[in-house]
Amino acid sequence: MNFRKFIKAGDGHAKKPRKRAQFDLRLRLMLVGGALGLGAVALVGRAVDLQLIDNAFYQQKADARFRREVPIPASRGMITDRNGEPLAISSPVESLWANPQELSKHPDRLPELAQATGLPLEELSRAVSQRADKEFMYIPRHRRISPVAAKRVLDLGVPGVFSQREYRRFYPQGEAVSHVLGFTNIDDNGQEGVELAFDEWLAGVPGAQNVIRDRHGRIVEHVSLVRAAEPGKDLVLSIDRRIQFLAHRELRRALEETGASAGSIVVLEVATGEVLAMANLPTYNNNRVTGENRDAHRNRALTDLLEPGSTMKPITVAAGLEKGVISPTSTFNTSPGWIPNGRFRTSDFRNYGVLDTTGILTKSSNVGSAMIVHKLENQYFYDFVRGFGYGQSTGSGFPGEAAGLFPDPSRWSGTSKQGMSYGYGLSVTPMQIAHAYATLGNHGRSITPTFVKGHVGESRQVVSAAVADEVVRMMQTVTEPGGTGTRAAILGYHVAGKSGTARKASGGGYARRYLAFFAGLVPVENPRFAMAVVIDDPDTSKGGSTYGGGYVSAPVFQRVMDGALRLMDVPPDDIDTWLAAQATADAKRAREQGRAAPAMPAVAPAAPVAASTQRTPVAATHVAGVQR
Amino acid sequence: MKLRHILVAILLAANVITAIGVVHARHDYRQLYIDLTRLERARDELNIDFGRLQLEQATWAMSNRVDQVARERLGMRFPETAEIVVVRP
Repeated sequence: MNFRKFIKAGDGHAKKPRKRAQFDLRLRLMLVGGALGLGAVALVGRAVDLQLIDNAFYQQKADARFRREVPIPASRGMITDRNGEPLAISSPVESLWANPQELSKHPDRLPELAQATGLPLEELSRAVSQRADKEFMYIPRHRRISPVAAKRVLDLGVPGVFSQREYRRFYPQGEAVSHVLGFTNIDDNGQEGVELAFDEWLAGVPGAQNVIRDRHGRIVEHVSLVRAAEPGKDLVLSIDRRIQFLAHRELRRALEETGASAGSIVVLEVATGEVLAMANLPTYNNNRVTGENRDAHRNRALTDLLEPGSTMKPITVAAGLEKGVISPTSTFNTSPGWIPNGRFRTSDFRNYGVLDTTGILTKSSNVGSAMIVHKLENQYFYDFVRGFGYGQSTGSGFPGEAAGLFPDPSRWSGTSKQGMSYGYGLSVTPMQIAHAYATLGNHGRSITPTFVKGHVGESRQVVSAAVADEVVRMMQTVTEPGGTGTRAAILGYHVAGKSGTARKASGGGYARRYLAFFAGLVPVENPRFAMAVVIDDPDTSKGGSTYGGGYVSAPVFQRVMDGALRLMDVPPDDIDTWLAAQATADAKRAREQGRAAPAMPAVAPAAPVAASTQRTPVAATHVAGVQR
Repeated sequence: MKLRHILVAILLAANVITAIGVVHARHDYRQLYIDLTRLERARDELNIDFGRLQLEQATWAMSNRVDQVARERLGMRFPETAEIVVVRP
């Protein structure tokens, strides 16, 4: 209404109403209204844009502020021996960590924390202040500690101190199995041995979950499971813990007795190629791996290259028999105990005179082996020996396994072949020796060795069954009276074996230092185990043959195999010798008792008879033995 | 007219009920999640215990120790050849 008055008043002053002073009120109102309306539309549009069109982007921004993807740790699979005894177990441990941003706001709580963790206060406060702008730090020296110890620190309730679950590997058998198992690093990845070879199988896949965390790092809400943690799979090894321990113990004993510097033992199951035991010295404790003493980490049985010495001879003999150039009854005149080899000599321990094929193995005649190999063509000999796996990795899949050195005939010098016939001029691993003997014991069928129980590797026939069996029977004479390996004889079993003593190559020649070998098969009737023993650098000061394979390594073979045969319930194949030994022992005891108690001659012989009646099945033999 | 009022009332009631239902479901979910975390923690605790016991057992059963205890504490030894009786099968 005021407008109208004002307009009327204006009209009063100027008769002619000025056009300029007139304005369209409606238009102005509409303009203002329209501008406001447009503003409102813009706001709604923006709201639509934020809420509906671009909402994913902002949701993401918001989530980034409070949602966290938290890993769910997965445990590594257990490694057990063939009987399910644990060899490697992952156990949960806690790693303490702190949020320095938050911890540095509470300097008054630091002494408390320092006391609980046993860290010097200065070190702790320095560590915190250095990382004051970070959100994560491990508390020094508190990674992978026991859950109990972690709980003690967490119970203090110091703000910004948390713990995170990790898994640590424990090896309850310690150093006896450390070379086979290897170890894992701090991030639980396999570094050596089976842990490395089967890392993918053993390692679990860590899971992840989405959670909403508050400012203090506490989980407020679980949003979703991104993926469940997949625990690692268990692995059953072919190793038998008991045989492994036996091998380790006897190897240690042998090293102590002979003053040797190192040694290896490999035991294979002949029919399947499974590795039952693999022991090396020096060894280390894989529960506490340190950077020093790297030399002891080496799995010598698979990585060390050695000239096999006389353990090569059964293969040379098998080559001759297979080709048909010799027969088991062929004779060789090894007089005068040496033959020339280029400008060198191949000589025997002493002059053995005329030997038959078996005699070459029994007496371990270098001259005899040289005579056999001269009847064979280079290429044939090379192919035959290569068939036994020399010069190539056995395929066990063990990390770092050496292939050995076995040059082909084009690189042989004039003396190579003769030297190879008794184990010089080529290098093999202890595993390859055991594998070659297992092939002989498996009726000439070579099976790829394996560390996994129940996994039967590829197999192929490398020599006819008849020849392989024949050679095994010949090797039996080595452990019988007159042979070089009598100390490997096991009562109740026929043992086929071969001793070996190789001089160690050094500086272009051969030193007066030795490798003592013994490799063999038991029982001869259907062999069950193949075993190779290598003892490096035994003490030679006692002279004679006290550093030889028959003296040093054969007893190790005897003790380990004796135990293994008993542990695996292998029936004796030579029960007659055992019964005879028992009868003589009984007779001796009876005689001694008779001497000890001459006053009661009637009672003394009666006692063993009474005792033996309880042992019904062999009673007759016993009485006969006593009376004889 | 009356019918429409009734319909509105029903819908209103349904609305309130579903709203309470949502709240309830949310609450249930939180409760269950707390249960789940508790059970998971219990499972982890048991796993820790199991691993620890397995380790402990393996440590007690270490071949070296069994060998030593058998020989020294129990006075066991391997029978001499003369003490073994062979039975012909």
